[in-house]
Amino acid sequence: MPEAFIYDAVRTPRGKGRPDGSLSGITPLSLGTQVLEAIRDRNDLDTNYVDDVIYGCVSPVADQGADIARTAVLMADYAQTTSGIQVNRFCASGLDACNMAAAKVMAGEARLAIGGGVECMSRLPINSDGGAWPIDPSSALKNYFTPQGIGADLIATIDGYSREDVDSYAVESQRRAATAWEGEFFTKSIVPVRDQAGDIALDRDEHMRPDASLDGLAALKPSFADMGEMAFDAVAIQRYPEVEFVNHVHHAGNASGIVDGAAGVLIGSREVGDALGLTPRAKVLGGASIGSEPCIMLTGPADVSTKLLSRLGMKPEDIDLYELNEAFAAVVLRMMNALDIPHEKINVNGGAIAMGHPLGATGAMILGTVLDELERRGESTALVTLCAGAGQAAATVIERV
Amino acid sequence: MENFKIDIDGEGIALLTFDVPGRSMNTLTDGAIRELARVIDMIASSEKIKGVIVCSGKAGNFCAGADLGDLAEYAGTRINDIPLAALYRKLETVGKPIAIAIEGLALGGGLEFALACHYRVAADAKSVKLGLPEVNVGLLPGGGGTQRLPRLVGMAEALPMLLKGRPVDARKAQEIGLIDELAPAGETIEAARKWLKENGNPVARWDERGFKAPGGLPFSPKGMQLFVAGNAMLRKETYGNYPAAENILKCVFEGFPLAIDKGLKVEERYFINSCATPQARDMVRSLFLSKQALSRGGDWAKKADPPKRAAIIGAGMMGAGIAYAQAARKMDTVLIDVDESTAEKGKDYSRGLVEKAVKKGRMSQEDGAALLDRISTTSSYDALDGADIVVEAVFENIDLKHNVIRQIEQRLPEDTLLGSNTSTLPITGLAEASSRPENFIGIHFFSPVDRMELVEIIRGEKTSDEAVARAVAYSVAIGKTPIVVNDSRGFYTSRCFGTYIYEGAEMLVEGLPAPLIENVGRMTGMPRGPLEIADDVALDLIVRIFDQTKTALGADYDERPYEAVMAELVKRGRTGRKADAGFYDYPDDGPKRLWAGLTSLLPATATEPVRVVGEIKKRLLHRQALEAARCFDEGVINDPRAADVGAILGWGFAPWTGGPLSYIDACGPAQFVADCDAFVEEYGVRFAPPEGLREMAETGRTYYKKPSRNAA
Repeated sequence: MPEAFIYDAVRTPRGKGRPDGSLSGITPLSLGTQVLEAIRDRNDLDTNYVDDVIYGCVSPVADQGADIARTAVLMADYAQTTSGIQVNRFCASGLDACNMAAAKVMAGEARLAIGGGVECMSRLPINSDGGAWPIDPSSALKNYFTPQGIGADLIATIDGYSREDVDSYAVESQRRAATAWEGEFFTKSIVPVRDQAGDIALDRDEHMRPDASLDGLAALKPSFADMGEMAFDAVAIQRYPEVEFVNHVHHAGNASGIVDGAAGVLIGSREVGDALGLTPRAKVLGGASIGSEPCIMLTGPADVSTKLLSRLGMKPEDIDLYELNEAFAAVVLRMMNALDIPHEKINVNGGAIAMGHPLGATGAMILGTVLDELERRGESTALVTLCAGAGQAAATVIERV
Repeated sequence: MENFKIDIDGEGIALLTFDVPGRSMNTLTDGAIRELARVIDMIASSEKIKGVIVCSGKAGNFCAGADLGDLAEYAGTRINDIPLAALYRKLETVGKPIAIAIEGLALGGGLEFALACHYRVAADAKSVKLGLPEVNVGLLPGGGGTQRLPRLVGMAEALPMLLKGRPVDARKAQEIGLIDELAPAGETIEAARKWLKENGNPVARWDERGFKAPGGLPFSPKGMQLFVAGNAMLRKETYGNYPAAENILKCVFEGFPLAIDKGLKVEERYFINSCATPQARDMVRSLFLSKQALSRGGDWAKKADPPKRAAIIGAGMMGAGIAYAQAARKMDTVLIDVDESTAEKGKDYSRGLVEKAVKKGRMSQEDGAALLDRISTTSSYDALDGADIVVEAVFENIDLKHNVIRQIEQRLPEDTLLGSNTSTLPITGLAEASSRPENFIGIHFFSPVDRMELVEIIRGEKTSDEAVARAVAYSVAIGKTPIVVNDSRGFYTSRCFGTYIYEGAEMLVEGLPAPLIENVGRMTGMPRGPLEIADDVALDLIVRIFDQTKTALGADYDERPYEAVMAELVKRGRTGRKADAGFYDYPDDGPKRLWAGLTSLLPATATEPVRVVGEIKKRLLHRQALEAARCFDEGVINDPRAADVGAILGWGFAPWTGGPLSYIDACGPAQFVADCDAFVEEYGVRFAPPEGLREMAETGRTYYKKPSRNAA
């Protein structure tokens, strides 16, 4: 079976996902296009070899609808033969897109494929696509639907993470992200976004709050207490009846930021790399996805990591660096507990709490981030994982070559 | 035709009067539905008829909906069609304008009749109540209600009406667009006639081209919010025990965006689905039919005259509540206590309730004043003269009660009924102080008396049939639903209710986490967890009952390990809610929380308890149902309807089950007995089924007859 190699990874900086965010005036199509253009130009790529572009996108409606991947392919002047497909596994979409790209290469179906994603949350806020899962009573009642924040608070409640625990994690995420930007750890992969006139609209993540402090965060009101009180705590407790009450500890400061952004990862076989003169940076050892209990929703990362590591014949300690999307602080704390991962090995350059989580793009972004960091440190293996809606999770293990 | 009358005037306007013979309230009996089909055919075919005004031959009501007596025959079984839904659609599309004049109640199928008309006029009167209460008996509106109501008023207004089953009055109905016109009482027919003459559009708005439903569709931003929140609220409130409520929400979600005929089809499918559930069968039976029968006296109905004047001894919480209940039902009431001012204090309770009701507009000033005038207070037993019944409601202490009974009887004519309000003291024992025990009876009121519907009437060994009939008549007269039971420790309700607390406490000492016990308790459909109920009852009271029972039973008493835990809580001053400390803490600045020190009081457990939610649920419900079955077996209660309704009204037994005996029937007695036998092995003899139940399991007999028609 052919092996799949990562040849390049790029991402846009993340703009605040609000009307006044620096990227809110740029269309998601433009973001997705600029990523493809950068991959083409950085690698002097003959796009005839790119068989498919797979983009994660969680609200594939309006600006992001009608197969934004193929539309971006056309806009980026790739070869007409390059197809595009948009996929959705909620927050894990971007990583799943990379896993699918790698799988296509491994299967011999594609020579080169790009996995990535795009999400403009300033234009299409989370839940813009509706969907049966949270809204159709048949599904919502049967599956004890609760919003993600309630699940995160439930994890904190069950595991006993205090408000100070989750806030401390958040402060550290901000500190690490600031250090990484200062140290130019991200420079290799960042593609500044250009506006309609060709000027740079944004060249740096703008969601970060490097001055965040425990005292500052302590002043924030828990975000999910009111909706919990309204009904969702009761729903969660019916699913987890050992819980007397849900301890609401998450807020905007210790949860992933709402941002705009896009990313892409160029994946291909050894042969096509050789033919095109591309240098492989890492081998994709494998990818996996999993479903877990959908009400608490966010506990899949440890499950999927265990599943993948065992398939690859690896142990948690074989991994040099972990990258777990910082959906909520408690999600990371649980994974660290479950797999006994020291804080020094996970999310070493911060994550979505500091820099934001452009839903469909994040998986591809953090895959690139961790690869850059492996190279900077001279280390070898990394595991990337994200929790995703309806109790799912995806993971990828890479090894530098 | 018997149920409908048609008068056609010179202008071709037919007045269709709905008037079911021999009843004060119109219901859609099978007969009425058959006739309605003929009526609609006549409207369609008669050339004389140009338009129709639908009205009622009854004062104060148009129609209370389906006849649940007829429906009970089908509930719980698979049906194949719903004639009413098709008829209403036929009426709606008959091609001639149909207006309806509503002067009173229109509920369920009655309101659905109105929704299928083209123009709705309602009287601006308090008697007008429009609603779809089907959900309360485990059903969904199957005559187009889930489809036409949201198309008329929007989902945001329709869903609460459908899911809570609460009716709206005429003004609210006009405000939300449920009716088209509000007319003065008595003038609705003329208003309808005017519309027929001046407008008379025979096409429903949802059959018009380009119809746009008000308030947006399920996947509009508002609609999505509505459903995300609505789904969660529904689960919060129903714990998944009420399939009809869930089906209503699904009907609206799935059917509302469709063309009306497709929407009605979705409703039909969900109605069939809901109707086939055991909940539909058991809720229609217990919450409607049995409750209605018992509220009229059940087997004891009309066997005695209601009292005109009733005296109450003891103006404490119970006596004060009883006084209000009597006066509210126009019964002359004397409230007696040791001195005038204590008696007045008891009357203050009624003053408070009246004040609140007047302030909220639920009672007129005059009615409130008249109510209070009916309550006189005194410290003198002279006031007992002329009372048809005396209810003693003094503190629950046998010596005190004996004294009071002797004192009262000195002043009382032989044939005056003497009732003793008690929740725990055996009536035969109380009757020992009575010189005429045949006219002595237990009347167990529930607290708060003004809100609790149930009255448990306890006959002592020597209580006469006539005394029972009079106590029932008294209860019915003051608007309560009586159940008649024979004397037993804790009678029926307290005895069974206690088992819920005790089984929860058993679980606690087995080592199950307290939150799990409490939450699963609620998930069974009980109103609260067993430990929080224990706190509400008061732990010192419960411990006192243990002691009393122990004294009474001697060596036969089976002391349980949780008793020591409760005794220790009491010793530490944690007597329950009244002390702001019991199983729970009750902080001033937040909700109650389980006491953190609780685990330190629990005995060490050697084995890991079974944490399976399904098993915990089953233990909590089976234990109560088993106690009810024992009461039935021992003759403490003889009417399954009384056992079921008494359980639901008395201690909040999971209403979705239709009551403990319905619950056993639904499990199947054989399965229930097998479960209990297994529980005996696992948890002890407290789960041993009584002989009578075992015999039912063997012979396949059930407490209730199977539905006769359509039975599978």
